[in-house]
Amino acid sequence: MSHKVHVIVNSTAHEVEVEPRQLLVEFLRDTLGLTGTHVGCDTSQCGACNVIVNGSCVKSCTVLTVQCDGCEVTSIEGMENGGLHPLQDAFREEHGLQCGFCTPGMIMAAVDLLSHNPSPSEEEIRHALEGNYCRCTGYHNIVRAIQRAAAAM
Amino acid sequence: MADYIGKSVKRVEDRRFITGRGNYTDDIVIPKMTFAWIVRSPYAHARIRSINTAEAASQPGVVAVFVGQDLVDDGINPIPTGWQIGDDMKEPPHHTLAVDKVRHVGDGVAVIIAESRQAAHDAAEMLEVDYEPLGAVVGMDAALAEGAPLVHDGAPDNVSFTWQLGDEDATMKALANAHHVTTYELVNQRLIPNAIEPRSVIGHHNDATGELTLYTSSQNPHLIRLLLCAFVTGLPEHKVRVISPDVGGGFGSKIFHYPEEVLCAWATRKINRPVKWTAERSESFVTDAQGRDHITTAKMAFDGGGKITGLHVETMANMGAYLSTFAGGIPTWLYGTLLAGQYATPAISVHTKGIFTNTVPVDALRGAGRPEATFLLERMLDIAAGELGRDPVELRRLNFIRSDQFPYTTPVVLQYDSGDYDAALDRALEMAGYEDLRRMQEEAREQGRLVGIGFSTYIEACGIAPSAVAGAIGARAGLYESGMIRVHPTGKVQVYTGVHSHGQGHETTFAQLVAHHLQIPMEDVELVHGDTAQIPFGMGTYGSRSLAVGGSAIYRAVEKVLTKARKIAAHKLEAAEEDIVYREGSFTVAGTDRSVGFADIALTAYVPHDYPIEELEPGLEFNAFYDPKNFTFPFGAHISVVEVNTETGEVEILRYVAVDDVGEVINPMIVDGQVHGGIAHGIGQALMEHGVYDDDGQPLSGSFMDYTMPRAADLPMFEVDRTVTPCPHNPIGAKGAGETGTIAATPCIVNAVCDALRVRDIPMPLTPERVWRAMQSR
Amino acid sequence: MTPSAFEYVRARSVEDALVHLAGSEDAKVLAGGHSLLPAMKLRLDDPALLVDISGIEALKSTERFDDCIAVGALATHRSVEMSEIVRTYCAPLAKVAGGIGDPQVRNRGTIGGSLAHADPAADYPAVVLALDATVSVRGPQGSRKIAASDFFLGLFETALEPRELITKVCFPVLGSAEGAAYAKFANPASKYAVVGVAAWVVMTDGICTDVRLGVTGAASRPHRVTAVEAALRGTAMDAAIIESATEGFARPDALLGDLGGSREYRSHLCTVMARRAISEAVAQASA
Repeated sequence: MSHKVHVIVNSTAHEVEVEPRQLLVEFLRDTLGLTGTHVGCDTSQCGACNVIVNGSCVKSCTVLTVQCDGCEVTSIEGMENGGLHPLQDAFREEHGLQCGFCTPGMIMAAVDLLSHNPSPSEEEIRHALEGNYCRCTGYHNIVRAIQRAAAAM
Repeated sequence: MADYIGKSVKRVEDRRFITGRGNYTDDIVIPKMTFAWIVRSPYAHARIRSINTAEAASQPGVVAVFVGQDLVDDGINPIPTGWQIGDDMKEPPHHTLAVDKVRHVGDGVAVIIAESRQAAHDAAEMLEVDYEPLGAVVGMDAALAEGAPLVHDGAPDNVSFTWQLGDEDATMKALANAHHVTTYELVNQRLIPNAIEPRSVIGHHNDATGELTLYTSSQNPHLIRLLLCAFVTGLPEHKVRVISPDVGGGFGSKIFHYPEEVLCAWATRKINRPVKWTAERSESFVTDAQGRDHITTAKMAFDGGGKITGLHVETMANMGAYLSTFAGGIPTWLYGTLLAGQYATPAISVHTKGIFTNTVPVDALRGAGRPEATFLLERMLDIAAGELGRDPVELRRLNFIRSDQFPYTTPVVLQYDSGDYDAALDRALEMAGYEDLRRMQEEAREQGRLVGIGFSTYIEACGIAPSAVAGAIGARAGLYESGMIRVHPTGKVQVYTGVHSHGQGHETTFAQLVAHHLQIPMEDVELVHGDTAQIPFGMGTYGSRSLAVGGSAIYRAVEKVLTKARKIAAHKLEAAEEDIVYREGSFTVAGTDRSVGFADIALTAYVPHDYPIEELEPGLEFNAFYDPKNFTFPFGAHISVVEVNTETGEVEILRYVAVDDVGEVINPMIVDGQVHGGIAHGIGQALMEHGVYDDDGQPLSGSFMDYTMPRAADLPMFEVDRTVTPCPHNPIGAKGAGETGTIAATPCIVNAVCDALRVRDIPMPLTPERVWRAMQSR
Repeated sequence: MTPSAFEYVRARSVEDALVHLAGSEDAKVLAGGHSLLPAMKLRLDDPALLVDISGIEALKSTERFDDCIAVGALATHRSVEMSEIVRTYCAPLAKVAGGIGDPQVRNRGTIGGSLAHADPAADYPAVVLALDATVSVRGPQGSRKIAASDFFLGLFETALEPRELITKVCFPVLGSAEGAAYAKFANPASKYAVVGVAAWVVMTDGICTDVRLGVTGAASRPHRVTAVEAALRGTAMDAAIIESATEGFARPDALLGDLGGSREYRSHLCTVMARRAISEAVAQASA
């Protein structure tokens, strides 16, 4: 049986009928075509699917769409606000991405970190990325990008 | 103007990735697309007695169900390997879906195609396969044992090939006459590549045109098309277009021709609808070709002065259940040839045996053979230094090939073209502050802390070449590269390359290269890659070949463009061609102020009224193929400082210093990024990563819950620098930077931990438990 | 990656949830979903009905009573970590919560869900045991309280009846003479505990008058280590005493051995983590 869900994604309200088993990431990618949110694993480890739900970063592969009824979701596509978000800009400036696949999830994790810790230490940044894997960068420039964004914000 | 070489230009590809508008294969949606779910073997080795598809086929949303025999009946051939090792290499068939037997956990048995991924998965649970489990061989010793179960009937001793390189007699003589022999038995463990984007394929057959478009997350689209058309399906190549769109990391694992590519290409024609398959991560763990997995015994001979006089190596290399695309070449030609390293060893002999087991196939993984060779050498240098009572730095220096010895031909057939090993080591020691480090280490020891310093001075061979040599060593294809420059009438330029970028930033680096040499703004240059319909041909990206080989091909095409542009300018300016000078974007008649800009030349090239058509054809577009004269030989020196937790055995990396010589650098920012990532991968192997199978061939590290990879908190900031010894034989002087870090870091870290504990060896990966055990046994 | 199909219902209240649970043969409770959904995605678990309790406000609050704090079953790890009440009256619990999984897991995962799932390597069970917390549950027969020591029965097995629901977990307010700490050796891949030891101590005039030790990760179920507790009780808890009492803290043959750590290594880690946790707890209690 499908369920009616009201959800705001990147400031746009949606009212949809969904199967209970649909994952939030499937709703974003398959229903809304917001393919910036990626799937890198099936055990809630890699963080490629991170999005912001009601202000907190969550793994959208481990949340059902029906659980998001009444929620506000921000995906990477909703980050630009008249220009690049400082984190987006910093990832480019510091070469914090290579293949780009983990990048949206990294940025979302960093959004969450900076929202409650505006000037994190290197160690705090590294720990805040515990739920994200990057196989390309060795994290060096990701850390620098987040430091840069923190300073800019 | 247009001075782009050596500049850390921000990447042009980044904007789409940071805004979520990348275009990876799984992002692509095609009308009427169906979804494939592959039913895979839960057994490492079993005979398929029967498959009952009826129940699955009747599930809601199911479009079709196919089994291996369906493909065989349709004339689909097994997937070939691309490297012949010796004349009697056993190359048993690798079917797209298993036909008679399954040979590793994850071997495909059937495919369900449905209206949605979910429906296909649901139906897959209704498919009944009757297996007769067979004894599995997992370890290589078990595979070679008398009476061991056979992975393939066509390989009666589970051996695919045996191979030898170097002067065995001279090496044995060196060992016999040695003042000292260091013996090292090592396991270079199985690794699982784990690019963060799982592999994905879409087959799209258009029955109106007869064209097939195959989207695939591949490093190597042209080779995939060639293998698919010429060897596996017989499809007409001109009707097949392979597109590798944005690819989320490869590290080697996306070079190869995989069964899912054949399956989607075949199935879309059967059902006349697009078919998408995207791996779940748990599938990646049992289908992406894995890496390393050697068992080696090596003996290194020294004379009384500490000089290496010989090296004898015997390696068993696990091939897994089938020979993947490059499989045989990795533990042979890409491994044995690197065993001289930076050292003037006069005699080397290496033996490799490629062995079939009931495990996932093994093939190239970042470094591919070269990390295995470097690990062996760099560990042995440290072990020998301990045995001989010498400083590991001093012992290395003593044996270095001196900078005045180049070109230097090693006993394992490579001719090193250039190098200055002391310079890189000196710089690394300076950055690390070696003497202070040793002092700090002593002070730490007095406080009961275990601090260790590790070294790795490595050589790499990139861009396998030349094609004639590649052929002589068994590669079934020459390894040149194509590059095409299309100058549009307004002077805007598109560059077409046969290599593929999946994180390396080619769209930026290659645009810098072309803009610099055409002396036009970089914004006017765009790179096209990953599409067989647009690019004439290519051999893809692996072995750090993209810039050295692909970039050189582009450079050759630039030269052709400029030659013709000069001709056009001469015609337009009514001057002799040899009087035309090209500088800062303008063609000028020497000694005059008569000149014409690049864009004007481009326009006249396409809309001429007055060309002497016999001498000057319209258009400004050139393709060039570049076949390198030799490999390139990046080298460097890495130093790590680690501290071992005396209670738990955990290793903390305090510092990591890397000095690499990758030749001329076009974009330092990108090269640094490649080095960082490479080091992280190498550290992963040293400390964490391990693909483990139990005795029945079940993977124990089959998810991110069990397979450990470096996270941000596991790594330090890296201290990187370069020396620059240009490659003398390619036009841009570049060598390759994508694998240096991986090659150097693994032994560097293991050496540091062994130094901290003052133990001879700890088997990789150096997990806390293994380090703790080593502490107990001291 | 997608679970098998299931029915879903959003419970408006605890009573409502109990009605739904009673009405299905094969229902499971969905709170944060960070234990249940991963298993369902791999199709290792396929309940017919999910009763989503995440909207029940009554299960979200954390309150302080005279001698205890009651943490609502739906409190996320993140909210426990950040809770002023928890930080003030039972600070070690906040610290444990802040070390679970990763930030995204902490934003969704709940204390009730974690305890009901009873993963043998989860963090909370050790501290629930050491602090002798009480798990309050509601079921068709009404409410009951389960003592920590009675709660964990085995691998993914608890004293919770199939149609019961955890409503809150009550932890003692720590007095000035009390200290508690949790030391964990995390599996580097999963971040679950290879071994986690929680210690609670009471120090009176330099003497340990009471102590409890809870262990997670090491064996097939979280458990207390009463023999070591007994050895510590009545001592001055100095470094030498802690060291000798924790020697052989856990016999290897009683422990798990897997890719994350052999029995021998786990046994060693038990000793190391116990020493760390006890020492920190003693330092707090003596401060």
